Amino acid sequence: MATVVRTYEPGYWDKFYLPAIARGLLLTLVRMFRRKDTIPYPDIKYVPADGYRGLHRLNKDEDGRIKCVACEMCQTACPAHCIDIVPEPAPWDDGGEERHPAKFEIDLLKCIFCGFCELACPKDAIELTEIYDYASFSRDDLIIDREGLLKVYDITSMGNIYERQNRGESIQIDTGNL
Amino acid sequence: MTSILFYMFASLLIGSSLFVVLNRNPIYSVVMLVFAFANLAALYFLLEAYFIGILQILVYAGAIMVLFLFVVMLLNVGPDRARPQWAAMDRWWFGGMVGVVGLTLLALVTRGMGPLRSSAADIDDGFGEIAPLATDLFSRYLLPFETAALLLTVALIGTVFLAKRRI
Amino acid sequence: MIPFYIGATLVKVLVVFSATLLMIMAMTLAERRVSAFMQYRLGPNRVGWGGILQPVADGLKFILKEDIIPDKADRPIYLMAPVITMVPALMTMAVIPFGAPLQVGEYMVPLQIADLNIGLLYILALTSVGVYGIVLAGWGSGSKYPLLGGLRSSAQLISYELAMGLSLIGVIMITGGLTFGEIVAYQQETGWNIWKQPLAALIFLIAIFAETNRLPFDMTEAEQELVGGYHTEYSSFKFAMFFMSEYANMITASAFMVSLFFGGWDVPFVDEAALGNLGVGLSVLAFLAKVGFFLFLYIWVRWTFPRFRYDQLMRLGWKVLLPLALANVFLTGLYLVWKA
Repeated sequence: MATVVRTYEPGYWDKFYLPAIARGLLLTLVRMFRRKDTIPYPDIKYVPADGYRGLHRLNKDEDGRIKCVACEMCQTACPAHCIDIVPEPAPWDDGGEERHPAKFEIDLLKCIFCGFCELACPKDAIELTEIYDYASFSRDDLIIDREGLLKVYDITSMGNIYERQNRGESIQIDTGNL
Repeated sequence: MTSILFYMFASLLIGSSLFVVLNRNPIYSVVMLVFAFANLAALYFLLEAYFIGILQILVYAGAIMVLFLFVVMLLNVGPDRARPQWAAMDRWWFGGMVGVVGLTLLALVTRGMGPLRSSAADIDDGFGEIAPLATDLFSRYLLPFETAALLLTVALIGTVFLAKRRI
Repeated sequence: MIPFYIGATLVKVLVVFSATLLMIMAMTLAERRVSAFMQYRLGPNRVGWGGILQPVADGLKFILKEDIIPDKADRPIYLMAPVITMVPALMTMAVIPFGAPLQVGEYMVPLQIADLNIGLLYILALTSVGVYGIVLAGWGSGSKYPLLGGLRSSAQLISYELAMGLSLIGVIMITGGLTFGEIVAYQQETGWNIWKQPLAALIFLIAIFAETNRLPFDMTEAEQELVGGYHTEYSSFKFAMFFMSEYANMITASAFMVSLFFGGWDVPFVDEAALGNLGVGLSVLAFLAKVGFFLFLYIWVRWTFPRFRYDQLMRLGWKVLLPLALANVFLTGLYLVWKA
């Protein structure tokens, strides 16, 4: 295999270093006026790309009912064992789903955000959202329950939450009571 | 004013010079020698010999003593070996300093704080400036000046020759 | 009633001192902001308006931090070193003329604290004393990295002092005076020295970068090899003193450069004396602008070039700059003889 070896042969003027120094200085000077990559975070929020795997949500169907049927597929698929589901018969009796999660808890400190739960779900009920800036001072607050996951659906179902926040909409991601 | 300054700098000079000799930690000695040079320079300034004074700082304190310090550091005469001696010499240099300062104060008092013989009237115009000095050096004393320069060059080359095995 | 000139001198000392400290503060912020801008970042912009109070916050932090003295440090020398570095750094501003003479009532006040007849040598002497701070800090810390940094710096500073001093000789030869007053006055009459001594200016510029231990010559710090160099073991306010004296040295060096080669407070194409005290204000602004440019250059170069290797540094100093400076002295001498 042929390898290309690039050698540097300084010309006459290069040996004075000054032209190279001037070029270098010019480069940094021009770069000073470039657009900055820094995002001043709390004021303007980083908008993750589509497919970003952040905080989970539990989807609702057209009737506003939880889509989850407590099949525990996600719980089985989860490599981090962070999902805890307790099923119960559905509270409604109108030909809808018969199973229903009585308890659906995700321990966000255990979760590795691999997205396997999303893939395993036969009902497209669990989904990972773009939310990344939830934090809390206590471990208990970072165990998200069924109501919390439904609330996440409510705030994320109308489009990217960070784009909306950057537009000036005030959307609270309540870390204490997800 | 001048005499007070003179006695202050002079006693500091003597005190720090004593420190240089009596103290066994070479680094402290070097630092105190620099301090002594600074005081010497101050004395030159009082004599209105500004150029000599600044050269004292620039050449001796600034360049030569840095090399001294350099050598002392590289020889690694660290504080470990020097510390016990330092403790022993502690009283000596302190006593010496106190003695010198005391003697100076005594001299001050006995002279009734009178001014030193004023030297301002005795000196010529332009004394201590560079131009007259340079004129003398490059005309009247040209030969000694150049001889000294040659001697220094010879010494420098000789040192390099002796120190370097392969040139 | 104190005589007018003593009062004026005291006021000047106060003004120069506080201006230097203010510039140091501004420089610490400017360094961070400019470096950030060159790296597509924003830099500290949240304390105060656009970050201008950041230096105050930094200063407060330095004062409040724990002051650690290493066990193996040599206490007297360890404590003395920051002071030795700081004092000459602040003292050098005394001989720099920063504006045209100010008319106050019937008096003309030269905007310079003291026009010593050995002005240039005064600065050289003080900077050479400043070396001790670094060397003693290195030795007194009782740790190997500071020691290496200190030794490197002493060798470096001595080497570049020679080239710096020799590059000055050309200026002194054409000006015929050692005081800053004469040098600036000469440049006002006949144009800036940069046009007459471009080589000396270049050598001097390189030498002051080395003298102030700034990149690309910051061998004394060289984070990758020496942790922090001579101030590795320093913390709290003692570290701040080293930090401040580095910037103070940069300010002095820039002012030195401006006074020697860029006409000092001279405003090009303007007769300051004819404008009265307005001209004085203009001249002070011109001086500040020129110094500001060189301070910016310091930062600019720092964030553009990599560090020299130690042997390259020494080779540049001894084998390139020193002969060039000597040649410059020789050529200037030839020119003067030819003219006379």
